[in-house]
Amino acid sequence: MNRFEYIKAPSIDEAIDMMDSTVPEAMVTRKDGSAKVVKAAGTDLLDLIKEGILEPGRVIDLKNIPGLDKLSYDKEKGLQFGPMVTIADLENSPEVKKHYRALYLAAAHAATPQIRNMATMGGNLMQRPRCWYFRSSAHHCRKKGGTTCFAQIGQNQFHAIFLTNVCPCVHPSSLATALVAYDGMVELTGPEGKRVIPLSEFFTPSEVDVTCENVANNQEIITNIMLPPVNEGTRAFYSKHGQRESYDWSMGDVAVVLQMDGKKCRDARIIFGAAAPIPLRREAAEAELKGKTISEKVVAKVAEKALEGATPLAHNAYKVPLFQTLLKRAVMEAVG
Amino acid sequence: MANPNKKKVVLPVAPDKEAHGPVKHLYSKKIKLPYGVPGHGLTEKEREVAIDEPPPMPINEKLSVVGKRTKRADALYKVTGAAKYTADIQLPGMLYGKFLRSPHPHARIKSLDLSAAKRYPGVHAVHVLDMEPGGSVQLDGGHDASAETYNIDKLPLLRYVGQPIAAVAAESQNIADEAVKLIKIEYETLPFVLELDKARQKNAPVVFEEKIEEEISEGDVGVTAADKQQGNLRGPTTSSFLGGARGDVDKGFAEAEFILEKEFRTQVQTHCCLETHGVVADWQPDMLTVYSSTQNTAGVRDDLAELFDLPKSKVRVITEYMGGGFGSKFGAGHFGVMATILSRKTGRPVKLMLNREEEHLVAGNRPNSHQILKMGFRKDGKISAIDLTSYGTAGVALGAGVGRVAQDLYECPNFRMAQYDVFTHAGPGAAFRAPGNVQGIFALEQMIDEAAERLGMDPVKYRDIIDNHEVRKLERMKGAEAFGWKNKKPGSDPGPIKRGFGMAQGHWTRFINLNSSATVRINKDGSVAIMSSVQDIGTGTKTILAQVVAEELGLMAEDITVKIGDTLYPDGPGSGGSVTAGSITPAVRNAAYKAKMDLLGQVAGAWDVEVSDLEMKNGDVYSKSDSSKKMSFGEAVKKMRTNQIVATASRPDDYGGFEIGNGIGYGRLGSVQFAEVLVDTETGFIKVERVVAAHSCGRPLNPMQVESQINGGVIMGVGYALYEDRILDLNTGHMVNANLDQYKLPYAKEIPQIETVIIEHYGAFSSTDASGIGEPANIPTAGAIANAVYNAIGVRLYELPMTPQKVLAALGVS
Repeated sequence: MNRFEYIKAPSIDEAIDMMDSTVPEAMVTRKDGSAKVVKAAGTDLLDLIKEGILEPGRVIDLKNIPGLDKLSYDKEKGLQFGPMVTIADLENSPEVKKHYRALYLAAAHAATPQIRNMATMGGNLMQRPRCWYFRSSAHHCRKKGGTTCFAQIGQNQFHAIFLTNVCPCVHPSSLATALVAYDGMVELTGPEGKRVIPLSEFFTPSEVDVTCENVANNQEIITNIMLPPVNEGTRAFYSKHGQRESYDWSMGDVAVVLQMDGKKCRDARIIFGAAAPIPLRREAAEAELKGKTISEKVVAKVAEKALEGATPLAHNAYKVPLFQTLLKRAVMEAVG
Repeated sequence: MANPNKKKVVLPVAPDKEAHGPVKHLYSKKIKLPYGVPGHGLTEKEREVAIDEPPPMPINEKLSVVGKRTKRADALYKVTGAAKYTADIQLPGMLYGKFLRSPHPHARIKSLDLSAAKRYPGVHAVHVLDMEPGGSVQLDGGHDASAETYNIDKLPLLRYVGQPIAAVAAESQNIADEAVKLIKIEYETLPFVLELDKARQKNAPVVFEEKIEEEISEGDVGVTAADKQQGNLRGPTTSSFLGGARGDVDKGFAEAEFILEKEFRTQVQTHCCLETHGVVADWQPDMLTVYSSTQNTAGVRDDLAELFDLPKSKVRVITEYMGGGFGSKFGAGHFGVMATILSRKTGRPVKLMLNREEEHLVAGNRPNSHQILKMGFRKDGKISAIDLTSYGTAGVALGAGVGRVAQDLYECPNFRMAQYDVFTHAGPGAAFRAPGNVQGIFALEQMIDEAAERLGMDPVKYRDIIDNHEVRKLERMKGAEAFGWKNKKPGSDPGPIKRGFGMAQGHWTRFINLNSSATVRINKDGSVAIMSSVQDIGTGTKTILAQVVAEELGLMAEDITVKIGDTLYPDGPGSGGSVTAGSITPAVRNAAYKAKMDLLGQVAGAWDVEVSDLEMKNGDVYSKSDSSKKMSFGEAVKKMRTNQIVATASRPDDYGGFEIGNGIGYGRLGSVQFAEVLVDTETGFIKVERVVAAHSCGRPLNPMQVESQINGGVIMGVGYALYEDRILDLNTGHMVNANLDQYKLPYAKEIPQIETVIIEHYGAFSSTDASGIGEPANIPTAGAIANAVYNAIGVRLYELPMTPQKVLAALGVS
């Protein structure tokens, strides 16, 4: 771990003034040890520093900034929470459990109870992939500014089966899978003020820019996360599959949010986690579900559509049937 | 690392085949000891023993402390953090060490520049290792450890990622970590090979051009001659200390009703000791003191004494608390040698603890295996022939055999084996909780399961036909009862998630280490202490020693102070091969008995009664014939003529002698385990729901700790069966999951409900009649789970770990 300056920012504006780099930039174009980056709980940031792949000059802690850990729910406005809300806060919120089942399930299955108590939602969305080559200081991969993708030619059993051309890492946030399924939005605050964008546009595919995972720029901080209200016909489910049940990353996770008219599906969101470098929406499968009465047969067809276009690598073809099963079960569970 | 110059490596358990013959006694006596299993035809066995052996210890039911569930002596210190492990040791002026390690799997060092590292503020020394020490275990002899300089042309070839090159000692860990990065080094990279199959091919890059003279390594089954080395292939080993080929294998197959021939593969498992390997070395003019996280304080002392040319009396090794070793923590290790060198260079204590990544790369592992097992079966189920060929790689080390289970678990008149070591450019293997046998059982017990099915027989009943081991038979019976075996109807669930049941068994040799001595001291204030260099590696040795002495003196376990893990005390055994309880407890009891006799003699004089009339029980000393003569232990010790009674005793031979040499006892330790699993046929996910583990370990000294050891063995077996796997990147030679995040150990939800059945088995072998349990507990688990998986889905998995990927592939889903 390198030496760095550590500052607790008193306010968002001051934190923005103090920072000058995203974590991805600090790992590629600002490797001289001068980058000034922000930290929430540090669950991931400290890992990166300890792994010797991030050497910031300054770490700006957001922990002392008041008001970033508020969570509120309103029937009309939906769910809103600050970046310092922890995963445990979501898991323990009665409103989340009641109205946003898929999000609750995602929160309840993330990491460990201890980590959920510490890890923040802002940090969760900003965390970097767990690809073992990316995390290894011995492998100068594309994501770190190199020219080789070691996963494409190496050990890729836990890597992507979609969007694998440039960098087949998978996005590490399983909470994001659920948030995207609820059409979540994120508010970013920078020197010029705030901008609000849908989470579906927040994440950056590696084809667009392999060195980062989202559109936040070097002086932007997530200040709010918003989910639209649900209605009476909303049915949702989330399930995650890891090698282990306790404390594991996802081998595959699926969030489905359905708008039901009685037994008919009016609209659907189907999102795959750990399938691609971003939380991956499966539009063709959603279309297949729209207007249909849900049955085993319909769901089988939906699952087939959802995996169309998959390009599994040498060691992860098992993910195709895995996602099909997870999706089929999630839809059936959602409608109960 | 396998060492071209060394003839023999010391094993954690050294089956010395040079039979010395039974020890003769000037004065002996005949005693009758409990023999068999209480409630199942317990009898007595008469043994002729030395005159000063204590009287037979009755069965547990008749005892007050031994055999009772007793709280761990150091539990409070451990859970409050008061216990000081090696990693916690802080000495005045202590420096911190850090290694520079090879980033390449095969390379030659072309140039080395230490100047920047030496200049870095806070750095006190930089040392280049000009020898090839192995992981934690093996050590070069004949090396000039005092050399201050190195010859660039004589630096060892780098043969695996992580191989130690040099180290710095600095004022903080942070400074050491930074400074070591400043060592400038140029490499000439060379072609390398990592895979077992590829390393065997003719054109594969060769790991050792020179012949490896080393004959044996831990985990190996026997001795292979050095001339049997071609390319990376070395062997075969065709015999173990239990013998070699027997009968006529071809004739046996000809006589078989049916023959099964299958191939099995197992993965590399790393030890994952929660406390990493490491030492604090303090070189002082009059004494070298080394705090070491080791399973063998005496062994570390011997290594360092030899290497640094010091008298053993001037090397002190201390292990007060130890955070797990599982076979990987024998010997000084390259870190121990380096820390000692750095301490001598700087005149300061040096702490050198490996980090988690280093722990995976260089501190040992269970070698993988490729086993081709062919077995013939007669119509009545009896095994007519066994032919085993195995290949395994311990990376740059030897010891990749698959054990002695095929050879010795079942009756079979015709047997042969050929076990090969294959060198690869990967970190050295080390002994790992029942080395070889764990790999071997995965294959053997699936074959037996398959044969039972072929014969239309229940797997438990089938084993009653082919296995005549009485204790194991009882374990099968009691285990099956606890498990509800006969009520289990497998694989019939209509949904995608199938439930299955399976069982497997294993065995382990009863090793005894005669280098087991202890001192018992009774002080005039009534305090009692035990002293030995034997270490408690987390299994509860301190507690059982206190129990044994308390039983002898009529006290409570908590009345006894246990000072162990320090080579200033009498030598105790290394804790490997499940030898500790069986080796040291008789020595401790005998020392306590001697001290007791001394004390009673003094009391008898004061009371004018015979010593034989006196008894010590429930904290009192009293005359058996005169009830008026009674006093508390506290009063009795006041009668002592001196301030202290001291008695030392060593482990005598087993009563009745040894089966082989001076350390392999009669009788094998049996183990039988039953597993219940759920298999999701659509996701491939396996969940172990329940394990019933039936075991024997001679006299169970502390059932609570026996259970704890069995639980640990089962959990480790679940990890081996389903999750753990050292994954190497084939393009760069790096382990990609060298952490505890992506190297998967079983955690809370992966641990099944574990029920233990402990068979109290008396063999009349010693004054405590205890045996070990560490290794037997880990042997059958993966086999039982594999058989249960087959039972659930009807498809057999021949390869570990049984991941969702492999299950789906076996089912033809992906």
